[in-house]
Amino acid sequence: MMQRTLMIDPVTLAVLKGRLEQIADEMDATLFRSAFNPIIAEAHDASHGIYDAITGKTLVQGKSGLPVFVGAMAFAVKAVIDKAAKDGNLSEGDVYIFNDPYDGGTHLSDFKLVSPYYRDGKLYCYLASVGHWHDVGGNVPGNYNPEATECFQEGMLIPPVKLIEAGKFRQDIVDIMQANSRQPISLYGDLNGQINALELGERRLTALLDEYGDATVQDALVELQVRAAQLMRMNIAELPDGTYSCDDWLDNDGIVDEPLKIALDLTISGETMMLDFSRSSPACAGPVNISLSTAVASVYVAIKHVFNDVPANSGVLDPIEIVIPEHTMLAVKAPKPVGGYTETILRLIDVVFGAMAKVAPERSNGCAYGTINALSLAGHRRDGRRWVMFSFFGGGHGGHPEGDGLNHGNAPISTATIPPLEILESAYPMFFTKWALRPDSGGAGQNRGGLGAIYEIELLEENADVFLFGERGRYAPAGVHGGGYGALNTFSYEQDDGYHKPPMVSKMVGIKIKKGQHLHLETPGGGGYGKASERDPKAVVRDVGLGYVTPEGAKRDYGVVLNKNGTVDQEQTDKLRASVSQ
Amino acid sequence: MSDQAKYIVGVDVGGTFTDVFFLDEQSGECSVAKVPSTRPNQSKGFIEGIRSGVEDFSELATVVHGTTVGTNALLERKGAKTGIITTEGFRDVLEMRRRDRPTTWGLWGQFEPIIPRNLRLEVPERTLADGTIYKAVNPDDVKAAAQELIDAGAESVCVAFMNSYANFDNEQIAVKAVRDIWPNEHVVASSEILPEIREFERTSTTALNAYLQPPVGNYLQRLETALQDDGFKGQVLIVQSNGGVMSVDVARRLPVRTALSGPAAGVIASAYIATVAGFPNVITCDMGGTSFDVSLVADGESSLSAQTSIDYGMIIRTPMIEITTIGAGGGSIAWVDRGGLLQIGPESAGSDPGPVCYGLGNDRPTVTDANLVLGRINADRPIGGKLDRLDVGAAKLAIEAHVGKPLGLEIMEAAEAIVRVANSKMAGAIRLVSVERGHSPNEFSAMPFGGGGALHAGALIKEVGLKSALVPRYPGVTSALGCTIADMRHDFVQTISCMLADMDIAGLQNHMGEMAAEGRKLLEDAKVKFGSLDTVFELDMSYLGQTHTVDVALPVEFKNGVVPVSVKLIEESFIARYAQVYGRPLEGIPVRVLNLRVSVIGRRSKFDLQLLAPKGDNSIKDAVLGHRDVWVDGGWHQATRYERLVLPVDAEIFGPALLEQPDTTIFIEPDLVGTVDSYGNLIITRQE
Repeated sequence: MMQRTLMIDPVTLAVLKGRLEQIADEMDATLFRSAFNPIIAEAHDASHGIYDAITGKTLVQGKSGLPVFVGAMAFAVKAVIDKAAKDGNLSEGDVYIFNDPYDGGTHLSDFKLVSPYYRDGKLYCYLASVGHWHDVGGNVPGNYNPEATECFQEGMLIPPVKLIEAGKFRQDIVDIMQANSRQPISLYGDLNGQINALELGERRLTALLDEYGDATVQDALVELQVRAAQLMRMNIAELPDGTYSCDDWLDNDGIVDEPLKIALDLTISGETMMLDFSRSSPACAGPVNISLSTAVASVYVAIKHVFNDVPANSGVLDPIEIVIPEHTMLAVKAPKPVGGYTETILRLIDVVFGAMAKVAPERSNGCAYGTINALSLAGHRRDGRRWVMFSFFGGGHGGHPEGDGLNHGNAPISTATIPPLEILESAYPMFFTKWALRPDSGGAGQNRGGLGAIYEIELLEENADVFLFGERGRYAPAGVHGGGYGALNTFSYEQDDGYHKPPMVSKMVGIKIKKGQHLHLETPGGGGYGKASERDPKAVVRDVGLGYVTPEGAKRDYGVVLNKNGTVDQEQTDKLRASVSQ
Repeated sequence: MSDQAKYIVGVDVGGTFTDVFFLDEQSGECSVAKVPSTRPNQSKGFIEGIRSGVEDFSELATVVHGTTVGTNALLERKGAKTGIITTEGFRDVLEMRRRDRPTTWGLWGQFEPIIPRNLRLEVPERTLADGTIYKAVNPDDVKAAAQELIDAGAESVCVAFMNSYANFDNEQIAVKAVRDIWPNEHVVASSEILPEIREFERTSTTALNAYLQPPVGNYLQRLETALQDDGFKGQVLIVQSNGGVMSVDVARRLPVRTALSGPAAGVIASAYIATVAGFPNVITCDMGGTSFDVSLVADGESSLSAQTSIDYGMIIRTPMIEITTIGAGGGSIAWVDRGGLLQIGPESAGSDPGPVCYGLGNDRPTVTDANLVLGRINADRPIGGKLDRLDVGAAKLAIEAHVGKPLGLEIMEAAEAIVRVANSKMAGAIRLVSVERGHSPNEFSAMPFGGGGALHAGALIKEVGLKSALVPRYPGVTSALGCTIADMRHDFVQTISCMLADMDIAGLQNHMGEMAAEGRKLLEDAKVKFGSLDTVFELDMSYLGQTHTVDVALPVEFKNGVVPVSVKLIEESFIARYAQVYGRPLEGIPVRVLNLRVSVIGRRSKFDLQLLAPKGDNSIKDAVLGHRDVWVDGGWHQATRYERLVLPVDAEIFGPALLEQPDTTIFIEPDLVGTVDSYGNLIITRQE
C-alpha cells in the first residue's frame, strides 16, 4: 500500500461513512413506503444518493435501491449540471426533473429528480432521487413496447427542467406530465414520494454538516472515493495480465428477427482493467439499444458483484477504462428506442462474468437467468374500468464456488421482490394456475445453477391484451468452468386452437386471449459452475429426490444412473461418466 | 389456589445464564438468582434456578417464562420433520420466497427451506381472491397426501392453500381430513395461524409454526411435569414476541409466537421501569456478546412490527416487539479492511472462545478487549463470574497487531478508536429506530440492560443527542423481571380488502365483535387475575394504488359485544394517521381497507418497584472501592470506583467514575454525572 498523508483521521472516516450511507438508505426507505406504484413500493426500482458538485460523480449511494442506478445517476446529475451551466441560472431551492435516457441513463420510465444542495449560499453537492413510474405514455401500457423503433413510441421524453424553482413549485410541469400518462394519480403519488425523500436527505445532511463541519465531511467524501479506487486497484493487481474475451447474444430486437452480439474483450494490465465492447452489434431498429451512460452503469454493477468488498461509489471505476464505440448498440443517441434496456444490460453483465471466470475462477459464478420477462395483461372490466397488470418474473442464479445457485432469485441489476400472487389476484381479473420451480432448468455443473420458475395464468375477464418483453428464448444462460447452460426462456399463450409461441420467441405485443385461456411462462435457470461429471453423485440423487432434476436429466446431464429405489447405480454411472469424459 | 402459593416467579433462559426473579406477593419482598443454563435440556437449569430461591414448589403461584427454545430451533434448523399440503401448482411458494436474494452485491446466496420439496405435496383445489371456491377440495386426496407425509416420517403437518384468507372452507375441510387419519395437535391450517393476504408470508409463518410445535410443545411439557412433580399447582405463562404472555396451551398451539420471547420480556420490563421512574420515552439497548439490540418505547408503550425475518427467507408475520439488531457486541471483532477502514464485526468471538482477554484461544481483538485496555473494565472482577481474571497484556498485543499497526496508531489510540467506531455503529442503530421514525432524540433516554450496554451508554447519549441514560438497578435480570409484569395479550388479524366507500359496516362490526370475544375467552380460559381488560382495534389502510399500508388505530371501545364504528370515523382516523406518517394527506384519491387487527389485553397487576430501592443509610463514601486510571479522549484520567448497589438514593457521582456490580459495569465519562433515583436506578446526564 502506498503511504499517503490522510486528510481525515481513519476513525472519523469510518464513522462518517456509516452516517452518510444512513442518509441515502433513509431516502430509499421513505420513497419505498410512500410510493404508489408497486414497481417502486414492492420491486424497489428506485435509488437515492449524494453526488459531487462539479463532476456529478456518485459519492454515496443507498444500499437498498436498484443497483444499476448507482452508476447511471452520476450521468443524470451531470446532465443537470450541464443544463444549469448552459442556462446559467442554478439557484438554491431548485429541483430538476427529467427522464431523458440518453443523457441520464436507463429508459423513459425512470424519472430523475436532482436537487443542488447549498451550504451558506455555496453549492456543496447534489442530492438525487430516481424512480420507475407506472406509465409515462407511449404505445404500450407500462411502456415495455417491444415494437418501438423510436423513443416517441415508448413514452413522453422530458429534458431536464425545473420542477421547483428557487423553492417555488411549478404545478404546470406536473400538469403536462399527468396529461401524458395513463396513470396520472400514481404519477402524482410517486412524484410526491420522491420530493419527500429529497427533503429528508437535505435535512439529514444539514444535521450531519452542522455536527462535523463542512470541511471534515468533504474530506471524508473524497477519502471514500480514494479508498474505493485503491481497493479496486489492489483487486485488479492480483489478477494475471492478459486479454480475456466473452461473447453472448440477444435473441432479437423485437423488430428484426436476427441475433445481436454483445462482445467483450477484457484486458488486465497491472492494476488497471480495460473493458472493450467494440465487437458488439451495431445499433438496431428495436428497443434493446442502450445509451452510453446505461452501459457504463451496468459495467459498474457487474464489477461490484464480482468485487463486492469495494464500497459503492464512483471510485470503483477509477482504474477501469471502458471502450464503447458510438456505432454499437451500446451507445445510441435519440431517438433510437431504449425501452428494453434491462435485457441488454443483463447480457452485458453476463459477458463480464464470463470473461472474469477466465481470469479469476474463484471469484466467478455462472450466469443468472438474464431476462426480466416484463409481462402485462390489460383490458376493461364489465363496468368499463381499465385494468393493467404488470410484473417482472424471476429465475435461477448461477452456480458458484460455494454451492448451487439460488432458486428463483431476482435479476442482478435489481433488488426487486415479486408481488405476492394473492395481491395480484385481488387487484386484477386473473389468477395463477401454477407458480412453481422448474425442474431441470438449472445449468448442470459441479455446483448446479439455481432453478427457474413456471408461472401459468388464467384469464377471468372476457378479453385481455397481452404484452411480453423477454429474452433468452434462443441463447441460454452460460455456465463457467465447464458448467452447463441453464434452460431457455419459453412462453406460450392459449388460443381456441391450442397453444402458440410468439414468432420472436420472448417478445410480443397485442396477443388477444379470452376468458379461461392461459399464458404459460417458463423462465431460465442459472448456468452451472464446474463440470457436471464432477458433481458428487449423492448430490445428484438428492436433486432427483427433491425433484430439482428428473431421472432423465440426471442421466443426460450428469451421467448419473439411478436404480428404481432412487439410489445410484454405481456400475452404470461409472461406465457412463467414463464414456462422457473421453 | 392455597394461601401458601405466594410467589410470582419470572424465568429468563439465556445462552449462558438462567436468570430468575422472585416476588413474594404476601410480604412484597423480591430476590434474584442466576444459575448456569443447561442445554440441550433447558428445563433442568430452569428448575434449579427456581429451587435456589424457593424450596417448596407448592408456594409458587405463577411462573412466567421467557424462552429461547423456539428461536434456537429456528436458527439451528432443529425443528421437527414437517410436511405441508398445498394447492396444486403451488408447493414451491415456501422455497420461491418473494424472489429476493440475501445480499445486494454478490450473487452467491443460498436458501434451504425448512420443509424440503419431497415433503411438500399438492392436492387439486382452488379458491379465488374474492372467496369463490373455483375447485372444491376432495378430502380423500388430502388423506392420501397426509398418509404419504406420515409414512415419510413427518412429525408435524400443515395445510396452506391459496387465498384461504378470503375463504377458509377448503382449508378447513382439508385440515379436518388430516386430523381424521392423524389425530394429534401437530396439524395446522394457515387460516388458523394467519388469515391474512400474502401467500408466502402466511405459508412461511404456518410452516415455521408447524416446525416448532413438537420441540416447543415437548419442552413445555417437560417443564410442566418437572414443576408438578415437585408439588407445583399454579399457572405457567409464556412470554410472546409481542411482549404479552400466553398460557402454555396457546403456546403449544402457536409456538411461532415465542420467536422473540426472551428479548421481548426485557423490553417490557424496561418500559415499565422507565415509565415509573418518570422516563416514558426510552430506547432500550441490550448489548450481548455478538449483537446489540435496540427497541423504542414511546409514551411507555413499546412499538410493534408486523413481521420479522429470523434468518434469510424465514419470515414470521405476527406482531412482535420491534427489535433492531446490529452485529456489534462485546465479542465483535475489530479489523482493518483492505481499503484501510476500521471495521467492527459482524464476525464475533462470541462468549466461547470470547475476547482475547478471556485467554480461551481467540487472538483477534474485540470491543471488550478495547474496553479492558482503556481501563473501563476491572480485570480482576469479570462480570458473570465464569473467569477469575482477564488478560490485559494479551488484549493489548492483539489490538496493536490488528488495529494499531495497520492504521499507524498507538495501542491506546487504537483501543479508543475501536470503542469509538463501535459506539458509532450502535448510535446508528439508535438513530434508525428514533430519528428515522420521526422521533426527536433529545426527548429520549438510553436504557441499557444486559451485561455490556452500561459501559457505552454515556457515549451514546452524547453521540445521538439523547436526553440521558437510565441504568436500571439490576440490569442483568431485566428480562426475568419483565416476565413477572407482562400483560396477557392475544392478537388477531383478518384480511378485509375492500374500498372504504363500499365497506359493509355491519359485517366489519361483526368481525370486530367476534375477534374481541374470542380473545376475551382466551383470557378467561387462562384463569389469571387481571386488573383490567383492553381491546384495541386497528385497520391497515392505504390510498387506492399504494401497496404499503399504514396502521390506523380506531378510537372505539368494545362494550356488551358491540363496537360502535362508522365510515366517517374510519376515514378521519386514516387521514390523521397518514399525515402523521408521511406529512401531508392526498386529495381526491379513494381509500382502501386491507386488514382488520384486533388485540385483546389483560392487564396484570404490577409490583411496586420501590421494593428494589436501596435500603439502609449508607453514605457515598461507604460505596468507594478505590481508583483506576481510564483512557478517555486521548489521555489518562483517574476515575473513582464505586460499589454500585451500596450507593444511597440521591447520590451524585461525577465522572470520570466506574460503578461496579456483579452483572455489569457502568462508566460515567468525565463530562457526565450520574444520580441515584428513589428506585435505585442510575440517571446519567451531562454536567451542567
